[in-house]
Parts: sequence; C-alpha cells; structure tokens
Amino acid sequence: MNNIKANNNKTDNLRTVITDTSGYDVKRIRKDFPILHTTVHGKPLVYFDNAATTHKPLAVIEKTRKYYEETNSNIHRGVHFLSQKATNEYEEVREKVRGFINAKSHKEIIFTRGATEAINLVASTFGRMNIGEGDEIIISHMEHHSNIVPWQMLAEEKNAIVKVIPINDHGELEMDKLPGLITDRTKLVSIVHVSNSLGTVNPVKEIIDLAHSKGIPVLVDGSQSIQHLKIDVRALDCEFFVFSGHKLYGPTGIGVLYGKEDILDSMPPYQGGGDMIAAVSFERTIYNELPFKFEAGTPNIVGTIGLGTAIDYITSVGIEKIAAYEKQLCDYGAEKFAPIPKFRPIGTAKDKVSVFSFILAGIHPHDIGTILDFEGIAIRTGHHCTQPVMKRFNIPATARVSLAMYNTKEEIDHFVHAINKVFEVFS
Amino acid sequence: MDNELKELYQQVILDHNKSPRNYGKPENYNHFAEGYNPLCGDHVDVYIKVENGIVEDVRFEGSGCAISKSSASLMTSIVKGKKVEEAEKLFDNFHDLVTGKLDDEAVISEMGKLAVFQGVRDFPARVKCASLPWHTMKSALHDEATKITSEP
Repeated sequence: MNNIKANNNKTDNLRTVITDTSGYDVKRIRKDFPILHTTVHGKPLVYFDNAATTHKPLAVIEKTRKYYEETNSNIHRGVHFLSQKATNEYEEVREKVRGFINAKSHKEIIFTRGATEAINLVASTFGRMNIGEGDEIIISHMEHHSNIVPWQMLAEEKNAIVKVIPINDHGELEMDKLPGLITDRTKLVSIVHVSNSLGTVNPVKEIIDLAHSKGIPVLVDGSQSIQHLKIDVRALDCEFFVFSGHKLYGPTGIGVLYGKEDILDSMPPYQGGGDMIAAVSFERTIYNELPFKFEAGTPNIVGTIGLGTAIDYITSVGIEKIAAYEKQLCDYGAEKFAPIPKFRPIGTAKDKVSVFSFILAGIHPHDIGTILDFEGIAIRTGHHCTQPVMKRFNIPATARVSLAMYNTKEEIDHFVHAINKVFEVFS
Repeated sequence: MDNELKELYQQVILDHNKSPRNYGKPENYNHFAEGYNPLCGDHVDVYIKVENGIVEDVRFEGSGCAISKSSASLMTSIVKGKKVEEAEKLFDNFHDLVTGKLDDEAVISEMGKLAVFQGVRDFPARVKCASLPWHTMKSALHDEATKITSEP
C-alpha cells in the first residue's frame, strides 16, 4: 500500500485517563433504562453482561417506536414526504457517527449489520484485492472469533498466512514480538482495541504507528472500546475501525465500518443490489459513490436511527464522564473481588476497562452463572468467543462480569455477597 | 437455597461432582468417542469395553460443570453391566427426562438415581450439560464420529 504514511509524532496511545466524575448521577442514569427496574427470579436485576450487549435507554426505545408510528418509509428512493423524512433521519445518523468518532467525511461511514459484518466486508473486498498467495495478516492471540475466522477464510482462499501476536500471563500483548512478526509480505494488521474476555486495552496507536512505518494498513476492532473510551479515528490514523451499535446502548443489527475514504474508494463493492448502483444495464453496472457503494439493499433503517439516538444519549452524558465513572467501578470491583476465596482473575493488564473474567477453583463457571442467576445477577460464562484465550490460560471457560455506565458499587457489593451462595452449594 | 435451584443441584449430583466414579482412561476398551460442547467448552471422553453385547466397562475423562461431570459419573455407574440395547434405551429415556418429555412416573422410577436429573428440564441452558456424556456414550457404542456435540 503506497498510501499508508508513517507518523513521526511521538506515540502516546492517546490514553489520557480522566478521573473527574463530577455531575455524574448514576441514579438518574438508571432511571433512563427501563429494564434495570425488572426482577429476575424475584430479585432485582443486576446486569453484569454488558460486554455481550448493553441495555437501551428509554430515548432509544421511544425513538424506534416513533419512527414506525410517524416516519416509516424506504430511503433514498421516494419523492414522497415520508421517504424524504426517513432518508434525512438516516443520513443525519451517518453524520452523528462521523462526529462521534471524528472521521473526516460522512463518506467514510458505512452502516453494516454489526462489527462482524464490517470485518467480513473488509476481508471480502480489501482483503481479496490486496492479499495474495504467501502474503501475511497479523492478528493477536486475544481476538474475538469474528476477527480470526474471516482472515482464516481469506487465507485459505488465497493461500495466505495468519500470524498471531502472543499475549503474556496478564493478558497483555507481547509488543516486543510484533516487530519480528512484520515482514515485507505483511499486508494487514487487524487488532482488537479492547479484549472482550480479558478487558485489556491494547496500545493500538503504537501498533498503528509501527505498521505504518512499514506501509501496512491497520484495522481496529472497536467492539469493546467504543462504549468505554473516547474514539478519534483521525488521531489513531487507522485505516479501518469497526463497532456494533448494540454494545453502545443502541439496537442490535446495526454496526459501523469506518474506512479512510481513498481506501474505501479503491475497494470493490461487497454485495450487489439496489442502492449500491448508479446505473444498471445488462451490459454494465456503474457503482454508486461512497458510502452507498457498500450498502446494497434496504438497510436497517430503524436500527440506524436508534443508534443515532444512543449516540445522542451518550454524548449528553459525556463519554469521558462515563469512562471516568467506569474507571471508579473498575477499581472498586478489583478491590472487592480480590479477597473472594478461590478467586483467580483472568486478565490483569495494567490498562483495562471494567471487564472481570475469573474462575473459582474447583467450581465450573457454568455452575456459578446458574446460581448467580437465582440472585438476579446476569453474568456471562463460557469462552466468550475467544477460545484461543482460554487455551492460552489453560482453562475451558471463565465467568465474566462486564460493567457499564449504569452499574453501581452497591451492585458489586451484592455480587460479592451472592458469591457466597455458590460456596454454599459447593461446600 | 431456592427450590428450583435445589432441584437442579441435588445432593446426589453434588456428591458425584465431588467424587466422580469411573473417572480416568482404562487400559482396555474397544469403543471410544470424544464429546464437546462448543458453547461452554466442556468436553468428555468416553471409553467403553463391550463384550458379547454387554457393556463390561465404561469410564470417562474430561472437564465440565457439576451437571455434566455428575451426569457422566452416574451414567457410567448405571450403564456398566447392562446390555448395549438397554444402554441405548436408557439414553432415550434420559434424553426425554432432561428435555421434559418424560412424565411417566413408572419409567422415571425405573431409572433409579438418574431421576435426580429431572430438575434440569427447568434449565434449558443446562440440558446440554447433562446430555453431553450420554450423546458421547451413544456415539462411542456406534463408533460414529470421534468428536460429537450434544443437541438437546
């Protein structure tokens, strides 16, 4: 890639940790999420499975309903009032997303079904075009399956090679190994920003700068960072950034692929169909311009509009305030969980978000999950779609607590208390 | 403890979880299968020695939750010494028991200690845990695939 420029500025990973939570009123925030006031098995819900999906604020729920009641129409085609209104609302969200991640142009924002589809899109188009026999793709040992399998599929098709950055016992990337993995055959680095099973925040800026110094483009999987950290794709300077809306307090079935305009422009379309064309004849089809080239068919209009409302909600609270509050929760959790008997944390990186994977010696995570469920506590148990991470730590599964902007210290206390029930059963 | 939870984690289950019977790879066996649940990463290896249509020996190895471990332990205890057809019939009954399709009390009581797994039917997410060792045993008896997954 000749359009990848090295950045000579000093790398700082753009990690300025803000600790000011003044004005952050978690009680008021909780009121905005109706589901938090339900009960499970007769106990108040304590939702600790936010890395799987987050709940939706009332504003998103109401906006979705309002769209169907007042706007519903197909976009980009109709001359009638409702179609125009729907198109405007849909395209306004593209602009909102652009602002939220500080992309340069709305043309760089492609709506997808989720982060998984966004990665598959890049693998199928950019990948097929630029990666050939003997070429190499670098990923890491802590990738979600969605950032492993698409590259393996491509590698199989093209006879290319997938290389893996190893991780240490804390669940951090072994960054000193990265330079040795890069060769003149390396065509892409695709790396997770924040690990869903370990909580590790990776030094993506450092990785991007290193890759760029060799002319290699970088895809950042932001599925677990977009809801916890301020994202600035221009400061990161990554070629691609992907995330899912439902982990950002928005609806399921909507996600985003950010790509630098010149690169997106150079890529062939992903799917063919309506909306992605400028003109069709049986002899020849002229593709539409960005971003529509990559949005064949009627998109998830209501999901997109819901995502826009979710972004408004987060912006009104402030992503930096959310990050500062979650950091407090993270520190509080680490302090409270450590004394739990038989507790072994999996993922103890220096820089991490509020995700706690753990095992209790002799008790299987599945049993922990079932017993906590009866205390109203929702946690995730299993391999979290990161089987190589499980293998790295030589465990079949973990129990995982993942916190969000609406969780509280009281809920952490309740969890610590409820863990005793697990020990009661398995005494 | 909540009653439903008590139904799931019965004393017999907790006991077999703590001290599983017939655990470990035997020296002699002529049937084998590896069972794997991709949802939770649980896996169980089942080794069987069949002679003259009788399950002479059956042992297991692997890692899993209390439900799957105790299920494997109780399964091996009960199937040992039975005819292959009887073992297969037990598979059918066990499958129906944990999926809530079996309510014939006479059949359930004939199943002896296996009846403790009736509580699993109220936990759809845990049915696969209980049935994994049984699917693996069935597969081993037929020497079908060497690696199978459990479907409730």
